[in-house]
Amino acid sequence: MATTAPALRPVPQVIAHEVKAEPTRARWTEWFTTTDHKKIGILYIVTTFAFFLIGGVEALLIRLQLGAPNNNLITPEHYNELFTLHGTTMIFLFVVPMMAGFANYFLPLMIGARDMAFPRLNALSYWLLLFGGIVFYSSLFWQPPEAGWFSYTPLSEHTFTPSGGQDAWIYLIHLTGISSLVGAINFYATIVNMRAPGMGWGRLPLFVWAILIYALLLILALPVIAGAVTMLLTDRNFGTHFFDPTQGGSPLLWQHLFWFFGHPEVYIMILPGFGIVSEILPVFARKPIFGYKAIAASTVVIAFLAALVWAHHMFQTPVPTVVLGFFMLSSFLIAVPTGVKIFNWIATLWRGNIDFKTPLIFCVGFISIFVVGGITGIFLAVFPVDWQLTDTYFVVAHFHYVLMGGAVFTIFAGLYYWYPKITGRLCSEPLGKASFWFMFVGFNVTFLVQHAAGLSGMPRRVYQYPANAGLTVYNQISTVGAFILGFGILLSVINFIRSYKRGAIAGPDPWKANTLEWFTTSPPPVINFDVIPRVRSVEPMKDIRRQVERQSGIEQPGTVGQPVTFV
Amino acid sequence: MSRIRAALRPESSLRRRLVAALLLATIGSLVFASGAFAGFATPESGGSPNADQIHSLYKIVLYIAIVVFVVVEGALLYSVVRFRAKRGRVAAQIHGNTRLEITWTVGAALILVVLAAVTFAKLGSIQNPPNSDATGLQFASTTEPTPPNGKKLTICVTGRQYIWRYTYGANCKSNAFGLPYSYQEMVVPANTTVVLDLQSTDVIHSWWIPKLGGKFDAIPGYHNYTWFKAPHAGALYRGQCAELCGRNHADMTARVRIVTPDQYLTWIADQKARIAAANRQVIQLRRQLTAYGTL
Repeated sequence: MATTAPALRPVPQVIAHEVKAEPTRARWTEWFTTTDHKKIGILYIVTTFAFFLIGGVEALLIRLQLGAPNNNLITPEHYNELFTLHGTTMIFLFVVPMMAGFANYFLPLMIGARDMAFPRLNALSYWLLLFGGIVFYSSLFWQPPEAGWFSYTPLSEHTFTPSGGQDAWIYLIHLTGISSLVGAINFYATIVNMRAPGMGWGRLPLFVWAILIYALLLILALPVIAGAVTMLLTDRNFGTHFFDPTQGGSPLLWQHLFWFFGHPEVYIMILPGFGIVSEILPVFARKPIFGYKAIAASTVVIAFLAALVWAHHMFQTPVPTVVLGFFMLSSFLIAVPTGVKIFNWIATLWRGNIDFKTPLIFCVGFISIFVVGGITGIFLAVFPVDWQLTDTYFVVAHFHYVLMGGAVFTIFAGLYYWYPKITGRLCSEPLGKASFWFMFVGFNVTFLVQHAAGLSGMPRRVYQYPANAGLTVYNQISTVGAFILGFGILLSVINFIRSYKRGAIAGPDPWKANTLEWFTTSPPPVINFDVIPRVRSVEPMKDIRRQVERQSGIEQPGTVGQPVTFV
Repeated sequence: MSRIRAALRPESSLRRRLVAALLLATIGSLVFASGAFAGFATPESGGSPNADQIHSLYKIVLYIAIVVFVVVEGALLYSVVRFRAKRGRVAAQIHGNTRLEITWTVGAALILVVLAAVTFAKLGSIQNPPNSDATGLQFASTTEPTPPNGKKLTICVTGRQYIWRYTYGANCKSNAFGLPYSYQEMVVPANTTVVLDLQSTDVIHSWWIPKLGGKFDAIPGYHNYTWFKAPHAGALYRGQCAELCGRNHADMTARVRIVTPDQYLTWIADQKARIAAANRQVIQLRRQLTAYGTL
């Protein structure tokens, strides 16, 4: 064996072949019976994107109502229903399951596996999610929930919210919770057991690191919320008094339980986004990721601290000063690993050869937006300042900077980055860039002034504000911005639909990327890979290109810090 | 240090100067704009020392935030402009720099240590009520929290869907019977330390008059406290419930009218008389209804 000259060894190339089975039944039924992680991933991505659009329409209705002072377009009842639906949809039916969708499709491909560890459990995850969403939205035909996405007790108790919408909300939390929980166990088992030969923990792609931690946080946080909503369910329907102060129950207990889940949930939503960015930046800067270990370690540190900051949502409740101080300091602490990530991303761009493709632009937009959300987070962590800012539009602006930046912009980056892999076709670059600019400008126009509205005394969740309160201009700017943002999102929707049939053929590796999902055809065959390569670094595709170059003598584009545009 | 600089050194200086100028302009405009911040970039204040202290603490955080914002966004903007794709350029194949990692981790931590120190230094003046001024009213009372000399005006603020009720007097927490009360508009004497005991009878509400300090939740089954000391007699401060409390959450407004101590004593006496008169009317009506056999 050792005598074989390297030049005579077979040249590695993209080798994966679709073996067509005889169709025994109609093709559309495959979508209902499939256990293929890629099909399930597509189901997840399409379903959650549909929920994203529904949640977006709800947001536009909210902004329409607030577009004028003392507006009577929407009744207070419907307004409360709208923001409850909007918040719940975006969190439980869009961001968390969208990240699960990406993980479903790309996690096995990135680690060189042929499917998830438990394919049938994987299908169960998706169908539980879909039915959770259907149950929740069918409350539209009766009475939707109206106690806000965190459903504070006693308002969400039967006495004050007798409608079944609240129970539909509880059912949604149960179904999507079980969906995420079994999904998380599946991701964890897959990552731990099914990595390609040679892929040690130090060579795991950063997106996979993020999904590993996402799964652990879900396993930690979801049982708590499952217990809490079950207690609410029995309070509402079976006469228990867990949260009923008139019978010795505690409304504050709900807040502790909810936020013990709720704050890790924030990191559940944005850590996978961080992972997507950590994958995309090096590809388009044509540089290795700066500080791989620091980024992976900061993900772990963030997850640990995420479980210790929940009461910063409760600074205005009766809590002793020592507790206030603890949660301020722990919230400060979480800014350090987050800052480390941002510095490493900027350092990854530094001295790069940055190719401005749509996925990269969304990543840069994400960083610039998320920095603002991180900084305003520090304001809110300083608890005396929080006493002025909490429950106002300042907080609304803060978490939209965090979640629109950390989740929506990173999801769009991921969609544009992986669209060619999923469909085999490239998206339109001009349309993608136009979409980005409308979204970026619209987002900032919508949410930047909301800081000012909050500082001027506008509480969140009010359906009206008086004409003489100095809030009219802020709200009108915000409403205009929301429609610009909506138009930007619409452009991307058009882009995705149009490119599905008309986009340029992508080929296996259009971006000359670093990870193994690009080592197969686009879209990949059911089996994913014919041969799973041995992994020698964090950037296995770069190694493969180098090896091809060495053995064939033909220069492979994209190996030496050159963007695809110039090859 | 020189290794860090070497790792970060860009190759040419022409565009560097351009970007540096852009960066300076950004910092300059931000510093210039800081004068105009007062209106929309800081929380409301001016009605009470705790609101003023929160305002000044907020400004310290804001200035640190502006510096962090300009440095981070500047570095991001610089790198995307300066290092955009060029034919013939080869991206530097750097994998990381441990010293740089340690530097920015410690740097970020230091900023937060400073912020924590400033917050704890300011906390006392925000959290603890001071004595009433000599010109204010001096009521004796023992409910928590209490100014150093133990004298303050206690008002029990009770939230319910969708109105605030104020009960005036030291024992409002233990026995509100017979004490004067009012709805929606609170009347308080100037220069007097007013301690509020926040309660709720149904769902969670949140007491917030922006110019008089931070917000605190009124939670059924709990007592929460805050205080203010308003210097300007004649002022009227507005606020509204800040925690979602149901469909008419937006209509649950509150007003605080500051009057002179003398006016306050007169108002309390009048209010007591008005309540007594109203009670007498109710008694009379009840008698009539009973006589007619309606009750």
